[in-house]
Amino acid sequence: MDRVNKAEDLRELRNRLIAAQDTSRPVVRVCLGPGCLAQGADKVAGAFKKAIKDRGLQADVKPLIKETGCHGFCKLGPLVNLDPSGLFYAQVKPEDVEEIVEQTLVKGQVVDRLLYTENGNQYQTASEIPFYAMQQKIATRNLGLIDPILLEDAIINGAYLAAAKALSYMKPEDVVKELELSGLRGRGGAGFPTGRKWRSAVDAAKKSPGMVYIVCNGDEGDPGAFMDRAIMEGDPHGVLEGMLIEAYAVGANQGFLYVRTEYPIAVKNLKRALDQARDLGMLGQNILGTGFDFDVQINRGAGAFVCGESTALFSSIEGKAGEPRAKYIRSVERGLWGRPTVLNNVETLSNVPVIIDEGGDWYAHIGPANSPGTKAFSLVGKVKNVGLVEVPMGVPLSRIVEDIGGGVPGKDHFKAVQTGGPSGGCIPYSLKDVAVDFDSLIKIGSMMGSGGMIVMDDTDCVVDVARYFLHFLEEESCGKCLPCRLGLKGMVEFLDRFSRGEGSEEELDELVSLGEAIKDGALCALGGSAPNPVLTTIRYFRDEYLAHIVDKKCPAGVCKSLITYSIDTDKCTGCGLCVRNCPQSCITGETKTPHTINGEACVRCGMCLESCKFGAINVA
Amino acid sequence: MSDNKEKTDGLVSLVIDGQPVQAKEDWTVLETARHNHIHIPTLCYHEAVQANGGCRLCVVEAKEGNWSKIVVSCLYPVKEGLQISTSTAKVNNVRRWILEMLLAECPASKEIRTLAEAYGVNSTRFKIDRPTEQCLLCGLCVRVCEEVVGVRAISFGSRGVNKQVATPYMVPNNACVACGSCVTVCPTGAMQARLNMVRGNVSERTGHGHAH
Repeated sequence: MDRVNKAEDLRELRNRLIAAQDTSRPVVRVCLGPGCLAQGADKVAGAFKKAIKDRGLQADVKPLIKETGCHGFCKLGPLVNLDPSGLFYAQVKPEDVEEIVEQTLVKGQVVDRLLYTENGNQYQTASEIPFYAMQQKIATRNLGLIDPILLEDAIINGAYLAAAKALSYMKPEDVVKELELSGLRGRGGAGFPTGRKWRSAVDAAKKSPGMVYIVCNGDEGDPGAFMDRAIMEGDPHGVLEGMLIEAYAVGANQGFLYVRTEYPIAVKNLKRALDQARDLGMLGQNILGTGFDFDVQINRGAGAFVCGESTALFSSIEGKAGEPRAKYIRSVERGLWGRPTVLNNVETLSNVPVIIDEGGDWYAHIGPANSPGTKAFSLVGKVKNVGLVEVPMGVPLSRIVEDIGGGVPGKDHFKAVQTGGPSGGCIPYSLKDVAVDFDSLIKIGSMMGSGGMIVMDDTDCVVDVARYFLHFLEEESCGKCLPCRLGLKGMVEFLDRFSRGEGSEEELDELVSLGEAIKDGALCALGGSAPNPVLTTIRYFRDEYLAHIVDKKCPAGVCKSLITYSIDTDKCTGCGLCVRNCPQSCITGETKTPHTINGEACVRCGMCLESCKFGAINVA
Repeated sequence: MSDNKEKTDGLVSLVIDGQPVQAKEDWTVLETARHNHIHIPTLCYHEAVQANGGCRLCVVEAKEGNWSKIVVSCLYPVKEGLQISTSTAKVNNVRRWILEMLLAECPASKEIRTLAEAYGVNSTRFKIDRPTEQCLLCGLCVRVCEEVVGVRAISFGSRGVNKQVATPYMVPNNACVACGSCVTVCPTGAMQARLNMVRGNVSERTGHGHAH
């Protein structure tokens, strides 16, 4: 592809690419996001390519297969979108491909059985489906639309136009002002105003002339979160463009992209995008003839959760152990190698090109005044429509979980929603109408975090959930400060006792006191927010804790020490399926007569419960 | 308040426990307190090396305008008009829990027991995994070896609850110059017990390079 030497070149290149497009060609977009990939989307894409080749369709119909990033509706994967018809096929298997090619691509007909049906309505296109219709996409705008390995695709969709506008027609100061006007707040968790952060870096650089660095934080480590992953995999040029604009605004010539090594596709796509951007002339020296130099280096994180914390991330980039330091002197003043450093999250940067394009004022009017814009969430757990959603800030929690997410399958409502990752909080159903924005979530003891949303129902035990998250954080503690290293271990010890039905109500208060001490005393945000799952579950589900401690019962039937399995003799048909599945061989009984479980040998693994077709296994 | 006061050149005025004090601009709260004979307990702090805020025992409550938060005094820079309280309910809650953790982390240390008793902490609710342990992983030995001696014979190995002071491969390290600085700065005497691993028997050293 031609190198662009000035802003007009980029626009001309885009026009040429658009003109060269054959609009009569059908386009097949196969989602290769993490969810669909896990469900075999690569085989579907392969089947399409093979079917088209075998039928010789390349000569006349010439369908274009695009392997795109995440379409969002992971529950229905693998997903296939077709253009120009706009047809949306769900749960496509490689076996279905032949029929799609024959019916839709050749004859132009709809394969009804692959359409999505909800509450008796069948939907032909994605935009009609309530899951998509209620969303507004900014950060994830190109996901599912473009093929992330094709630079042409990105350019046709407007990649680097905002960067060209900023570099060629705006002063760095104007870019910072635009960001300040937009009110964009960091999507990584803390929600610090991005414009103000950039401004501080500019001021710090004035005081201490020399290198300024920018860092993009792609070390998404929250269990159940995949927003940044989806963006890096599906729209790598969007991230690079955000970094370029940021670098220009704060006067940085070197950027670092810190991606966890567990995201190999993100690393691969970003690396390819870096090479493409360098060849295009959007990275490197004298970008667009403006005299501005900027390049990006990818640093792979080795998987430590704490390295998502800014100062630990800097240590890691510097080649030291990933341990945080106190942030009494902010990183915009003293970050990487002691130089002013601006750290922004992937999703934050992905918003930047749109803000430059549409203007900060436009952005500021989306969502509430104190948390403008949209936010991407990964909706997982006991929810019907598992997937990646992006909605305006400030919508009620129930809108996301129940309207978009479709609620809990087979249940009236959810029990709780964990927001903000492992160090976020558990929001009970009674607060389902809380506005999902930075400040409202903090007020109720949870937090926005990076946007993970784990939905729980009445089969999830809050003590067990709190224990799970605390144990995760205990293992991820770097060990530098005492409250985190030993305090979290101590909290897990308390929760272990509670889950065995030991402890007392006083100990519950002691646990709260310990949690508060860790919140106040820990060095970094990992430790400082780690007690949140415990503190919020005690605040909103105290009764469930007391059920464990006082009544020695686990109402959700999860905590193994407090439950017993038994067989309902009225329901048991004596089919023997549980007997064959029981790893302890502790279920006995004659065929076609009710069986019994030997409680002493039972390890409460739940295999019988899972295998029973008659609902005859009781857990109490 | 302090804004009305006339500033002395290069000095900032702040208040610690109700007592107006002055500090040099680049001082921390702890340095200022010590200069004024105000006691704040510390374990991982030593003036010979850089502070790292690991033990969190030196927490104080810092108040500026109408917000306040818990900070570690060994790192928190002084600021004009800052109000510091060294013993509030929140500070004491953090400190007492930390002392309890320390009793479980290094139960064999007499120094830690004495310190904890001084704050009324006589027992611990945390599980004791290593009854003979004296080390609290404050890292003074590691820092003095790197920053003052300049040899880096010891460092931290592993992380989280498994973190420990170690030499490469856990064998005596030829880089150790047997200066004893690590033993001197150790607040509990744990380093003395670790000398065999770090220094070994100097008279029997063979070969060059780092490890034997």
